[in-house]
Order: sequence, then structure tokens, then C-alpha cells
Amino acid sequence: MRSMANEQDFPVIFELSQEGRKGYSLPELDVEDLDLDVEFDQEYVRQEAPDLPEVSELQIMRHYTALSTRNHGVDSGFYPLGSCTMKYNPKINEDIARIPGFSMIHPYQEESSIQGALALMYDLQTSLSEITGMDSVTLQSAAGAQGEWTGLMMIRAFHEANGDDHRTEVIVPDSAHGTNPASATVAGFEAVTVKSDENGLVDLEDLKRVVNENTAALMLTNPNTLGLFEEHILEMATIVHDAGGKLYYDGANLNAIMGYTRPGDMGFDVVHLNLHKTFTGPHGGGGPGSGPVGVTKELAPYLPKPLIAKNDESYFLDYDRPQSIGRIKPYFGNFGINVRAYTYIRSMGPDGLKQVSENAVLNANYMMRRLEEEFELPFNQHCKHEFVLSGKKQKKLGVRTLDMAKRLLDFGYHPPTIYFPLNVEEALMVEPTETESKETLDEFIDAMIQISNEAKEDPEIVQEAPHNTVVSRMDETTAARKPVLRYYKES
Amino acid sequence: MQHRYIPMTTTDKQAMLDTIGVASTDELFSDIPEAVRFKGDLNIKPAKSEYELTKELTELAGQNSHLQSHTSFLGAGVYHHYIPSIVDHVISRSEFYTAYTPYQPEISQGELQAIFEFQTMICEMTGMEVANSSMYDGGTALAEAVNLSAGQTKKKKVLVSKAIHPESMEVIYTYAKGFNLEIVEIDHHDGLTDLNQLRNELDDETASVVIQYPNFFGQVEPLKEVESLLADQKKTMMIVSSNPLALGYLTPPGEFGADIVVGDTQVFGIPAQFGGPHCGYFATTKKLMRKVPGRLVGQTVDEEGRRGFVLTLQAREQHIRRDKATSNICSNQALNALASSVAMTALGKQGIREMAVLNMKKARYAKKAFEAAGFEVLTNGPFFNEFIVKVDQPVSNINEKLLQRGFIGGYDLGRIDQNLTNHMLVAVTEVRSKDEIDQFIKEVGEING
Repeated sequence: MRSMANEQDFPVIFELSQEGRKGYSLPELDVEDLDLDVEFDQEYVRQEAPDLPEVSELQIMRHYTALSTRNHGVDSGFYPLGSCTMKYNPKINEDIARIPGFSMIHPYQEESSIQGALALMYDLQTSLSEITGMDSVTLQSAAGAQGEWTGLMMIRAFHEANGDDHRTEVIVPDSAHGTNPASATVAGFEAVTVKSDENGLVDLEDLKRVVNENTAALMLTNPNTLGLFEEHILEMATIVHDAGGKLYYDGANLNAIMGYTRPGDMGFDVVHLNLHKTFTGPHGGGGPGSGPVGVTKELAPYLPKPLIAKNDESYFLDYDRPQSIGRIKPYFGNFGINVRAYTYIRSMGPDGLKQVSENAVLNANYMMRRLEEEFELPFNQHCKHEFVLSGKKQKKLGVRTLDMAKRLLDFGYHPPTIYFPLNVEEALMVEPTETESKETLDEFIDAMIQISNEAKEDPEIVQEAPHNTVVSRMDETTAARKPVLRYYKES
Repeated sequence: MQHRYIPMTTTDKQAMLDTIGVASTDELFSDIPEAVRFKGDLNIKPAKSEYELTKELTELAGQNSHLQSHTSFLGAGVYHHYIPSIVDHVISRSEFYTAYTPYQPEISQGELQAIFEFQTMICEMTGMEVANSSMYDGGTALAEAVNLSAGQTKKKKVLVSKAIHPESMEVIYTYAKGFNLEIVEIDHHDGLTDLNQLRNELDDETASVVIQYPNFFGQVEPLKEVESLLADQKKTMMIVSSNPLALGYLTPPGEFGADIVVGDTQVFGIPAQFGGPHCGYFATTKKLMRKVPGRLVGQTVDEEGRRGFVLTLQAREQHIRRDKATSNICSNQALNALASSVAMTALGKQGIREMAVLNMKKARYAKKAFEAAGFEVLTNGPFFNEFIVKVDQPVSNINEKLLQRGFIGGYDLGRIDQNLTNHMLVAVTEVRSKDEIDQFIKEVGEING
């Protein structure tokens, strides 16, 4: 039975509003008062105030606290969302990012007054170069997708500088994340798909078929979105490089390989990282992230400007970069997230980062081996930091992957990524991360096995899940067909 | 050594290796070819304990002057405003900040509803019908708006006022390159966009006109006249970038027929933090609803008919459309949108206007005081909270000396325009007191000589 509280709609903040209430405390006007309206043509003076809520401070706090309890984060419980690396977000990161010397600096201050910030960014650039095996890194990209586009724009600039304007094709595997082909398109390229083979790896023959004189780049995650290491990476690099193309590394899955191998050593020319994944910048409910981009020497002249540089005396912002693709974002990137990532790297050190990958891979393999008895495992080799199961067996019983995901909510888990990658039927993509204990993994595995048993014995309980959440399944069709994208007061 | 973020003990590990059927974790990496194996240790700094690292990084932060150690008159797109205490308390709720994109609505109603409320507030502020869940920042939001206009109108020419934020202009160029757009810059005179030039450049091939309101120099562009200019070019879209705080006082762009309104909500509850993360907003007419980049939250009901919220119209987005998507944005600035929602909620209907008016009155006091001190102030006509002061030496010289006297001076306009060398863009917000303003002008006067 549902509790009484759930019988009613949860209020939106506008419904709490009462005219005349306030939740703010502004400084007094301590200068002479004046009539602003004489300065402005009345057409430019707002006649109707924006209808923002009028509520007291406690009402605001209660409202948002209540909302937070209707939300699941990593601190609430296990979050094995494949390809998202939902690891623990260390609290020291939050503390450091809030030190006024970091949180309250203005991007246009004189360089002499921001040496501490520039030093941190410089050291972060250097550390990320080392971790990825690249020669230079920019911290400017706001997120992974912007990093992808930045990298592709640099590849485009490189080809154009060589007179290779005809290189208009970017190859992406069929298992790639949707941002890959989308980034290719917005960078002015045409996305070309390369197939996976029966082992879940890029099909080398198909790669040879699609690579040609128009190839600008191959975009790859390694390990790929199935969690499998592309063992033939050197052959692939040779195929692409021989044709004059560049190799792009999508760093979404870097959590699997730190200290074991580096994109630069695998032959990649450009790398983007998701600092909000591997390097614990929190996901924030969908952002902000940070997506630094690393490149080899050959592509370094095209990096966005400015870069953080250093001379004998001090750090400075280097704008003197004539071949740069330009500016991709105002100011210098998501500094606040970069501070968190830097704090994390400094908390881990070289040994710690290697342990991260070791444990991330151990956890994933352990779960995979325990779950393969109940769920179809399409690819049987060791996985890296994540693995993909198929819900095919359960589908035959009338229980879909979506149903199983919803049933997991009843156990207090965020479900794995579902229906992705696209090349696995009824896919369930599980990424435990290194920060989860064996007990947590075992409890989750038990829940998965129980759900599989329910599918056989009592499928309705799965098909009708979730049963314990504050709302049940949503009518998404109506949401899309008759969109209501803002609150309207009932008149 | 056991690290505090990694819980596996030696016993755990052994049990797990046994289940997997391997002797060591190294075997799990056997698929990495020998030739690409990384050998040795990463050459990064060794790990530090929590206490030692906090100490080191606190000292590093101490090398920076900041908006608490110094009294700032610097704006130019990033502002020092009052942030209600509750903002940080709300965004520190880890159910919010440790969550990811709300793909599972049953356990993400908190985030989804918060975004829905944000969308509503942005619609209210801008006078537009639809707003998305956020963009990276105001600059990239503007660049995405330009790309959207080109896609929607199937035209390649875009007229951009040179009185927009100079870094937004640079970002527009970079973003436009992917779609081979032609950017035509429209000059400014006396701090306002040259509408004659705009009229002359406007033609059937024009996808959109881009104006900032108030503009980079703080002045209020006559949007009514821009609207009239566009009356004869019905297909050309009007894109307005706005500081949303100014819209607490100014007529919102939606009432002047804007098709897309973008900007940055940093002014509401987001600290300067060296320029990011801030929070872009993106608002449009209903007509463009299915073309909006990024995530949208919509209201619906669950199986029991209870109101709830979901990510919707996802067919627009990269994960569905892949190479047909018109934008590749995935992660956005959700947590900062939440911060801005809390700040806007705290201000409310009255406070938003009160705060805008405080900025304007204090800025006008400062402007007059500069004039009274013998400075030439170039700003004439309606402005928000920034104005241009002419000084007799390079602004960076003055600013270096101001730092030693406890002040962060205004923006050096010589950075973007040689004709504006020795011109300082001064921002005065509600947090500046009369005494601080008086002292600042005195110090600038002394340094200026």
C-alpha cells in the first residue's frame, strides 16, 4: 500500500507562493535614491514582474530538501550505470573547490593575482598529459561532448592546414555513444559506421573497407562500450594512420586502464577525458562536467586558446597561438570541476590511480561471472570496467530489460544502463566502479538473480514494477505528444 | 596500501579472483597487448593524506586575490552578487550532486521537478514560452542559438552585434565553422549597435540577428527598433543574449518578438569560480520547441494519475538522433541550474526587481561620483550596472596598483579594442557599499594622477 503522502501531487514551488512573503536579504540602498524611470523609455521598463515564487527561507529549504529525498544519488545507494562511472565523490573535493581563493576569483583578474589558480591548472594539464600519454592538454571543454567536438575541430584544422579538405568522414563503431556521431556532424563531418565483429570488437575487415582517402578520423573508446579492450588497437591505428586519418580517443572509459596503458601509447592522436567520471567531479544531476582534451605534438598548435603556460617567473595565459581553432567556451573551462579532479588526482597519486583501474576491472569481472548463470552474456572474454548482459532469456518469458530495470528500483538500486549499446539485444550495461564493496556487489547480484527468478515464477511483479517508489511508471508518450514544459498557474 | 576510497581487502580480492577463475588481477588485463602496456609508475605527484593535501591546496588558493579578500568592481560577464546561504546548503544535498542525468524518473523526481521549476523561472524572466534544462554557459548557448537559426531557416548568414561579449563572439566563430556559416559583425557607436549597418546588411539570406541586452558595455539596446527592422524579414530570427538579472527591471526580450533568448544565470547563486562552471540558459518560442538543444523536462502523470516529471522530446537529442542531431550537448549544468533556481526562488517576484534596481542605483551613484572626481564617463543613455570610465594610463597598470590597495579594478577594454585603450568597464553590483565606491574612486584618482 502507498502511504497517504503519495495520494496527492507533490507541490511545485510556485504552489507554495503567497503574495508578500520573502526569502531574501538584500543590502540596504545606502546611496542617494533616484527615479530610474526618467532615464528609460517606458517601453523598456518591465510592466509585469516575472512570476517567481514568494516563499520564506524555511519553506524553500523544506521544499528542496523534500525534493532531494525524491532523488537517488551515489551517496544514496549503488549506481551501476554503465558508461557513466558513478563512483564515490570524495568530500574533500567539495571543500577544496569552495575555498574562496578558488571559488571567488574572477576570470579577468590580473595574472599576478591568480597565480595559485594558474599553477593548479598547469599541474592538472601536466598530470593529465602523463596519465593519457599525450603531449599537451587543454582544460577548456565543459563536458565530454564538447571535448569530442573540440578534438574533431582540431583534426579538421590539421587536415585543412595540409590541404586535405576532402577528408570529411569520421568513422565511429556501431557500439559508440550517441555523442560521437553527433559531434562529428556538428564539427562538419559525415559520420560513417564501422561494424563490430562476433567478439564485440571493431571488425578489422570492415574498418579496412570504410577507411579511405576521405577519412578524417576514427573515434574509439578503448575499452569500448561493451567493456571490451580493443586488442587490435595497433593494427587499427596503422590502418587509419596509413590512410592519413587521425585516431580519436573517447575517454569515457579511462577508468579501466589508468597505469596499465595510455591512449598515447596505443597510437591515439587526440583524447578527451570526462573529469566528472574517472576523476570524481560529481555528476551534479547531469552536470556540470569537464572534458579536457589532450593531443600529440603534431596537433598541439590547434588547441583552443588560451593555454596555461609557464615561464621562469610565473604562470600565464598563452593567447599567442595563431593556428588555434579559437575559443570554444568563455573564460578557461569549468575551473570548479577541474579543482575537484585535481584534488582527486593528488589524493590518489600514481599507485592509487592504478589501484582504481585494477579494482574497477576486478569488480566488473566478478559481477559478470556471477551473473552469467542467470543472464545471457553475449561476449565471454574478460571485461574491463564494465560489461553488457542481454535480457534475451527473460524477454522470452515476457519480461523485458526495462521491466527488470524498474524492478531494481524496488531494491534501492539505480539500474544499469539499458538498451545501450545498440548492438546488443535487450542490453543491460553494468559498471560497478572501484569504490563499491564486495558486500554491495553481492547484494546487487542477489537482487538480479531474484528478479530473474521472478521472471520465471511471477513475471507480473517484474512487469508492474516499481512498487516502492514515490511515483510509478510515467506516461512518457503523453509527455512527448502534448508537452507541458513549464508550470502554469491554475486560473 | 589500502586507499580510503577503495574498499576491497586482500580477502575480498582472493574470493573474487577465485570466482572469476584467475590467479591475479593481472590476468584480467591480459588482453592489453604487450606493446602498448604502460610500464613503471605514472610520473605524477605522490598521494597526500587528506589533512596535508587540504593544507597545501588552501595555501595555493591563498596565492590568489579574490572577491572576499578584495573589493571588486570587475564584471564584464561575470559578477559578484549576493548569494543566499541556502543555495549552497541545497546544492550540497548529495542526493542532488551525486546523481546523474535523471533517466529513471521514478527515483529522480527531485532533480526532474527542480529542472521543471528552473525552466518555468527562465520562461518568466525572459518572457519566452519554452526554456531548456541548461547549457554550459551563456557563450556556448549563444553559439548554439546561432547554429539553430541557421538550421531552422536554411540560411547561412548571421549578423552579430560587436557589442556582445567578446568571448561569446569568438565562440560563435568556432561553433559556426562546423556548419560553414558566414558571420557579419555589426559595429557599435556610442556603446550601441549600429542599426543603420544592421539594416543595410539584413537581407533574404540572413538567418538571424544577434544582440546583447544589456550589451557588453552595459547599455540597453533598443530592441523595439530591432524588432521593427526585422518586421520586413519575417524569416530572419532575432536572438537576444541577456543578463537575466537585468530583466528584473527591463522589459524581457520575449515582448520584443525575440525567437531565442539565451544568457548565463551566474548572477543567480553561482560563484565566479574563475569563469566556470556557470550556467547557460536557452529559451525560445513554442514554435522552436522541437529544435531546442539539450535536455527538456516535461510534466506528465504516473500510472495512478499522480503528477510527475520526465525527460521529454528526446528525439531531438544526440543519444537518439546520433549523426542527425543538430547539437551534441549531453552533460549540461544541472547542479548550477538548481543553484540558480534556489537563488531566484529566494529573491522571488519582488526581490528580483529590488536587486536589479539596487544594482542600477548604486551604479548610477558611482558613475556620477566618477564624473564629480573629474573622470570622463563615456556611457550615455540607458544602462544597467556597468559603465565606461576613461583613465590616463593603461588599465592593467591601474589594476595592478589597485590590487595592492585592496581593490580589483574594472575590465580593461583595451583588450578587445585598441580605440578603447585606457578605458575601464566598471561594474557596480548590490554588494558594493557607498563607502567602498567612494574609496575606490579615490584610489583610482590617486593612481591615475
